[in-house]
Amino acid sequence: MFGNFDFDVIIRALPYLFKEGMTFTLMLTALAALGGLVFGTAIALMRLSGYKTLGRIAGVYVDFMRSLPLVLVIFWFYFLVPYIGQWVTGASRPISVGAFASSLITFIMFEAAYFSEIMRAGIQSISRGQPAAANALGLTYAQTMRYVVLPQAFRNMLPVLITQTIVLFQDTSLVYVLSITDFLGAASKVAQRDGRLVEMYLFAAVVYFTISCIASFGVRRLQARIAILR
Amino acid sequence: MNYHWNWGIFFEPNPMGTGTYLDMLLSGLVLTLKTAALAWIIALIFGTAIGVLRTLPSKTASWIGFCWVEFFRNMPLLVQLFLWFFVLPELLPRSAGLWLKQLPNAPFWTAAIGIGFFMSARVAIQLQAGIGSLPRGQRMAATALGLTTFQGYRYVLLPMAFRIILPPLTSEFLNTIKNTAVAITIGLIELTGEARSMQEFSFQVFEAFTAATILYLLVNAVVVTAMRFLERWVAIPGYITGK
Repeated sequence: MFGNFDFDVIIRALPYLFKEGMTFTLMLTALAALGGLVFGTAIALMRLSGYKTLGRIAGVYVDFMRSLPLVLVIFWFYFLVPYIGQWVTGASRPISVGAFASSLITFIMFEAAYFSEIMRAGIQSISRGQPAAANALGLTYAQTMRYVVLPQAFRNMLPVLITQTIVLFQDTSLVYVLSITDFLGAASKVAQRDGRLVEMYLFAAVVYFTISCIASFGVRRLQARIAILR
Repeated sequence: MNYHWNWGIFFEPNPMGTGTYLDMLLSGLVLTLKTAALAWIIALIFGTAIGVLRTLPSKTASWIGFCWVEFFRNMPLLVQLFLWFFVLPELLPRSAGLWLKQLPNAPFWTAAIGIGFFMSARVAIQLQAGIGSLPRGQRMAATALGLTTFQGYRYVLLPMAFRIILPPLTSEFLNTIKNTAVAITIGLIELTGEARSMQEFSFQVFEAFTAATILYLLVNAVVVTAMRFLERWVAIPGYITGK
């Protein structure tokens, strides 16, 4: 079964796989998680702000993003971003933004919807007395959020946020549909060039599996630690 | 924006000669629904089995359940589809591999089974949580009535657990429908795939993707409404959501 399994192909491809592919994957994951968290928190605050219109806009955005397949969203942004760029800069033709920027914007916008629901749950898990106390101390709304509510919400939701980031890490492989050289893209390019699909795809599977496993193991330990603190 | 809008494009004949562009999208929608339905049946069957395994007192059973869930949860769906589609036929004995490769509609079966297994891990976790949320007394009462373990699950624990986890199962069902779009990578031309090829043939990017988006939103709305009825219908009397 593994009689003609060629480990050499993998070893020769390692620098390309990790230096080009994994760097792209990890960078996209990290930046998208960060951007998604920032935008997601803003959307969560909009939804909980008490302004009906603002809340409704945020709600529609979240529901919209969550009812579409990620692959479709990737296509949307891939074609839409150049036009938005043209509109923003006032250029005469659509701006080419490159694979990285386009996929980064896609994932930030997409993940913001998911992160916002997590942050909303986190904010709602804070007892009513906390903002009331902050109010009594004379803090403004922004200060209350900044110093009292959000740090606790973030901390309570940290395991869930990391779990979502693991999902994001796996989902970044879908940029494959744009022929981008992320980790899977690099593996599949080598696979097709050398005619070694079995080796490359199995290796990619093992790498994704190992990283996700270690990360979710870490989340479980973190959860246990946070649970003790309560 | 110097983009040439043409909403009439949907009623123009498509280059495949199978009717209009709209027909193309609708046939993609049908394929999406077919794939999702088969995948969901597989996910429910395997998810139930694995979810039950994880709640049994046997150490071996829960270990098998643990391995299943970790295996299918820690790999991107895309990679899993590649494994089933490209790698599995090569690892099987020659004749079996050849048979698998020559199977008509291979992308459809691979996608349905692959997505089904992928989702089964998620169903299993939900079900495990559902069974875990039942009061201990239910299992004991089943035993006290003289039911075997199998009967206890069949008549007491599973009907209760499934009714409790219906709302999260709804979102998993929606995820299954959305995940069929990943199968575009192994050549399944479902709704997203048809929108993509419509864009390639007609250059009407935004019309094609807008139509696909609206169809996905419609499917979502139908599923959510149907499940809400189902939820009301099977609500457990005496629980907060019950009558």
